[in-house]
Amino acid sequence: MPAVQETVDRVRRVDVDQYRYGFETLIESDKAPKGLSEDTVRFISAKKSEPAWMLEWRLEAYRRWLTMTEPAWARVEYPKIDYQDLYYYAAPKPKKQVSSLDEIDPEILKTYEKLGIPLREVAMLEGVEPRPGEADTARRKIAVDAVFDSVSVATTFKEELMKAGVIFMPISEAIREHPDLVKQYLGSVVPTSDNFFATLNSAVFSDGSFVYVPPGVRCPMELSTYFRINERNTGQFERTLIIADKGAYVSYLEGCTAPQRDENQLHAAVVELVALDDAEIKYSTVQNWYPGNSEGVGGIYNFVTKRGDCRGDNAKISWTQVETGSAITWKYPSCILRGDNSRGEFYSIAISNGYQQVDSGTKMIHLGRNTTSRIISKGIAAGKSQNTYRGLVTAHRKATGARNFTACDSLLIGDQCGAHTVPYVEAKNSSALFEHEATTSKISEDVLFYCIQRGLSQEEAVGLVVNGFVKDVLQQLPMEFAVEAQKLISISLEGSVG
Amino acid sequence: MSLLEVKNLQVRVEEREILHGLTLTVNAGEVHAIMGPNGSGKSTLSHVIAGKPGYEVTGGEILFKGEDLLAMPPDERAAKGVFLAFQYPVEIPGVATMTFLRTALNAQRKARGEGEYSTPDFLKKVREVASSLNIPQDMLRRGVNVGFSGGEKKRNEVLQMALFQPSLCILDEMDSGLDIDALRVAADGVNALRTPERAMVVITHYQRLLDYIVPDIVHVMSKGRVVKSGGKELALELEASGYAQFEDAA
Ligand SMILES: Nc1ncnc2c1ncn2[C@@H]1O[C@H](COP(=O)(O)OP(=O)(O)OP(=O)(O)O)[C@@H](O)[C@H]1O
Ligand SMILES: [Mg+2]
Repeated sequence: MPAVQETVDRVRRVDVDQYRYGFETLIESDKAPKGLSEDTVRFISAKKSEPAWMLEWRLEAYRRWLTMTEPAWARVEYPKIDYQDLYYYAAPKPKKQVSSLDEIDPEILKTYEKLGIPLREVAMLEGVEPRPGEADTARRKIAVDAVFDSVSVATTFKEELMKAGVIFMPISEAIREHPDLVKQYLGSVVPTSDNFFATLNSAVFSDGSFVYVPPGVRCPMELSTYFRINERNTGQFERTLIIADKGAYVSYLEGCTAPQRDENQLHAAVVELVALDDAEIKYSTVQNWYPGNSEGVGGIYNFVTKRGDCRGDNAKISWTQVETGSAITWKYPSCILRGDNSRGEFYSIAISNGYQQVDSGTKMIHLGRNTTSRIISKGIAAGKSQNTYRGLVTAHRKATGARNFTACDSLLIGDQCGAHTVPYVEAKNSSALFEHEATTSKISEDVLFYCIQRGLSQEEAVGLVVNGFVKDVLQQLPMEFAVEAQKLISISLEGSVG
Repeated sequence: MSLLEVKNLQVRVEEREILHGLTLTVNAGEVHAIMGPNGSGKSTLSHVIAGKPGYEVTGGEILFKGEDLLAMPPDERAAKGVFLAFQYPVEIPGVATMTFLRTALNAQRKARGEGEYSTPDFLKKVREVASSLNIPQDMLRRGVNVGFSGGEKKRNEVLQMALFQPSLCILDEMDSGLDIDALRVAADGVNALRTPERAMVVITHYQRLLDYIVPDIVHVMSKGRVVKSGGKELALELEASGYAQFEDAA
């Protein structure tokens, strides 16, 4: 049997069934009644003790949503979602009012421990080799905001960040404590009317993170959020808003997991980034929602709107994503390059196995002068999965000197999967320079055998070759995530658990 | 017990028989040379010993240290000490040579129930071996064989051999693409690995390599069989008169 065939068979058996984060936490939760109505929206808003303007904002979005239809242009297929058959809010029932980490339900702490996420304020990842030129990693700190179903359960290092002037807190708190900032920026990048899923999110979002970095401040540590869906039949609609004021810098990481369940769960998040003059935001995602089992049953439907606005001159926004989970991924982190000389970047690894369907890519909208963008996309398809890169690069009439470089590489493992590249390019002025490269290849039998002859198992060989294939993108991740992502990539293709 | 015993081996590729009953016995401590015209089945033999998929063994057997080699998956053969230096080493983009060496060595050690090397021990060992083979350190940071010259790829094979310390080394045309200086360096590397416990099978077209790696026994292969075996003088004889005289014997 040729090596490739063997790999294919193994990958087919793999899965997905061996999803490592598939456990469920047994805690009592406080839910909104099933279904979606104005009352649901009011319920959520009341739960969060929101001011009237916020409720109004939500209701407006809800009314808008009622007039919209679900988009169907992506290369994904799924049965019709019954939006009345979902819970829109679930919160772990607090044993009492929580004021410190020690008072959080120990079951939830255990969950995050199992996920490997430190909710206690300790520097993480001792013993990781520092990259050349990088300071000792043992003392690096990461501030974590953990979102469990619909609410944020813990935010670490909040006070230390406050000293630097950085605001990092659940968005539900920010609405109460920093209403002016929220009012000014919420919906300014992704308007409530943007698209079906974003509008739904605007109506029912429950929590997420809020970050504000004041002018000239370099955020003293990595910020990160971990999202965890636990409850059954519950949609998760988180909302993240990050603002880097003039000359500020922030790096933000996001990780996601969910228990293994037979039914599909809906996840429709909105992330808005605003970078003012000379500011830089680096946003990294490792998405590992439950992908469904080897028959394609269950898994998360991930319909996400992520957009960054380089609102000032010389602003820079960089998206890096490692997408290994979800039954369906519908996600196009984009950049609006409004300020002159602003820069957008998109680095993506999308792995699909089993019956997963990925339709992901980016939009780079060049509006300002001398704006530049770079897109590096690596798609890996195995099993019976479909993996589509969909990208749009446009230059406005006034965007003189706009430049884009796009490279899309696809790797196929086996012959029952598909990789597709759908690039749209639109230049409305003649000085724009757009370059596009694309390749599609099959994993090489000779390369696999070379590795195996040196003692690697079939699975290790596939993991190694794939990690090599995605290296350019992995390098863009903060080191802590790069290590995790590398493991995740091997796991999602191997089936060797733990 | 011999280290390697290939008995009456018959092998097919895509319905066509390539090896028609090949027999070869290699004892520990010996160096064997296999010579033979293009297409006679030399690489096929090396691939079947290493366990490359795509070959169908229709008859015969291969014993390695007395065990049935054909029953073992290829990674297990590697861990047990079978090493093949490929005629055409492949490139693995994005995987640093150092990472590859370490992953492979630790995989083999794990399969044998041995502990992993510590990072400093490993680095020290690799640097030592690399410098003895004139392999610059920056090559070890590049992707496996990516952008390596033909000669560098071959030296990288010898580097791995020296690092993994296998008990059977099969070298498939190690000399092709090497200039005379590189050939000497590589051959020195191979000679340094000659021990009473280890055996080598050196596949080549040219007597010249055998001036550097002096074999104990030379075999002539033709049309899927070993048609003649003898001492090192057999290679000289071949160099003078070519393979024609053996074509009939096959
Ligand atoms: N995968 C394959 N499919 C079809 N035929 C093959 C395959 N591999 C080898 N062969 C055939 O088997 C025969 C022996 O090939 P092999 O590569 O073993 O020869 P060789 O002795 O190593 O030759 P060279 O000296 O040119 O390296 C050749 O006729 C070759 O075409
Ligand atoms: Mg050959």
